[in-house]
Amino acid sequence: MMKKFFAQSYLWLLLLMLYAPIIIIAVFSFTEAKVLGNWTGFSTKLYTSLFEGGVRHSLIDAIENTFVIALIAAAVSTLLGTIAAIGIFNMRGRKRKAMTFLNNIPILNPDIITGISLFLLFVTIGITQGYTTVVLAHIAFCTPYVVLSIMPRLKQMNPNIYEAALDLGATPFQALRKVIVPEIRPGMISGFILAFTLSIDDFAVTIFTIGNQGLETLSTYIYADARKGGLTPELRPLSTIIFATVLLLLIIVNIRAHRNAKKQQTQI
Amino acid sequence: MSTRRANWAIPYFIFMLLFVVLPLLLIVVYAFRDNSGSFTFQNFVKFVSQPEAINTFVYSIGVALITTVLCILLGYPAAYILSNKSLNRSQITVVLFILPMWINILVRTLATVALFDFVHIPLGQGALIFGMVYNFLPFMIYPIYNTMQKMDHSLIEAAQDLGATPGEVFTKVTMPLSMPGVTSGIMMVFMPTISTFAIAELLTMNNVKLFGTTIQENINNGMWNYGAALSLIMLVIIGATSLFADSGDSQDNEAGGLI
Repeated sequence: MMKKFFAQSYLWLLLLMLYAPIIIIAVFSFTEAKVLGNWTGFSTKLYTSLFEGGVRHSLIDAIENTFVIALIAAAVSTLLGTIAAIGIFNMRGRKRKAMTFLNNIPILNPDIITGISLFLLFVTIGITQGYTTVVLAHIAFCTPYVVLSIMPRLKQMNPNIYEAALDLGATPFQALRKVIVPEIRPGMISGFILAFTLSIDDFAVTIFTIGNQGLETLSTYIYADARKGGLTPELRPLSTIIFATVLLLLIIVNIRAHRNAKKQQTQI
Repeated sequence: MSTRRANWAIPYFIFMLLFVVLPLLLIVVYAFRDNSGSFTFQNFVKFVSQPEAINTFVYSIGVALITTVLCILLGYPAAYILSNKSLNRSQITVVLFILPMWINILVRTLATVALFDFVHIPLGQGALIFGMVYNFLPFMIYPIYNTMQKMDHSLIEAAQDLGATPGEVFTKVTMPLSMPGVTSGIMMVFMPTISTFAIAELLTMNNVKLFGTTIQENINNGMWNYGAALSLIMLVIIGATSLFADSGDSQDNEAGGLI
């Protein structure tokens, strides 16, 4: 009993340490003071000015860019990654090893190296950096994760059902759409989510490929803002909203997964 | 049939050649060239002969090592408790530990800076290490927790049945079995810490420079060749680290269970 008490206290102490910064941001998002740490009374002004004030343009634009880039990158990565995974899965021997190795490079590479290498590529070819280059860069580092999340599903699949579909007169494309895709869909979905969050979170690759045409994502916006010294106060409510949303989503997903697991247990 | 479907990987192969292999080769090419484009070792000579660059380099490795060790010391017990059914039953605590991984790293760093401001801790070296641990602790806890979860518990019971004391069970069974998790935790903490740049800038008001910052500054100031040489040096360090940590099965864990 004592042991459990100490163990739980340790966990919560660590959690308190991890969350202290976020709690402070959330608390001070409800006051107007420009400098964080000054409490000038309760107010929701920062929340309203985030969505309508003068700051709106740049910050909301940055969020919009972040989401659009993440959506495009995740969608393309999922498509490219799915086709690639099926291809790699059907490879044998040395070829397969080589492809797996190639697939691991961007995962093992630190962000800064990926960013710089792509920067050098774009300046060498002479492409103006902007939207396209950021999206291309994001696809390049997201797709390997999609491939990795689909591979286990392909391995679990019964190979005979594909052959059976062909024997029963399905064209290869029909067999793909009606047999393989439904089997690997969970892997595709988690690959998509992974790619999406990786893209949203990214800073190091983005900063090297975004160019200087005024395009900003949330990460680069915060970075530029922090370098200037004064942080936009509206970042406080924004961080709070992002945090609350992610917290809520993760808890819902986990409770659902937990319930499903329990349901399955009782069925058996 | 299956050989024909192997061709499906071709578009991805071409894409990877263009956007992964070629860019990495360009780092090598730029590293061995001077401004006029002819072959030279000058960039590396410059690195070795500048005490400042070497100091930053050693300092960054030191910071990354300290961060990694602190993360193991704090994270291992946490992962152990989280995965132990008799000590922790709630799924919510697990989610709470994973959650910070999903928040933008700059937002998290910003929050840390705010905290230090709030309790009047001066930004600098100490703040840098604390901030790094804040940022990367979840990345240490999660892989260790994952391996401990998948551990075969009958082995622990067998050790107990055969008369091992709780201490012996831990040192002889649990710890060796959890090592793959620790290795991938090290990879997920050491490698990002050694290559960060913005985080250090924010946490120290730009007073402490890390290797990543040096690289970024050179690239930003148009010193592409020198920047590329520094990147190449970092790549070698990273390569050595991943050779040390047997990367084979740790990657399956990493990507398989993030959600």
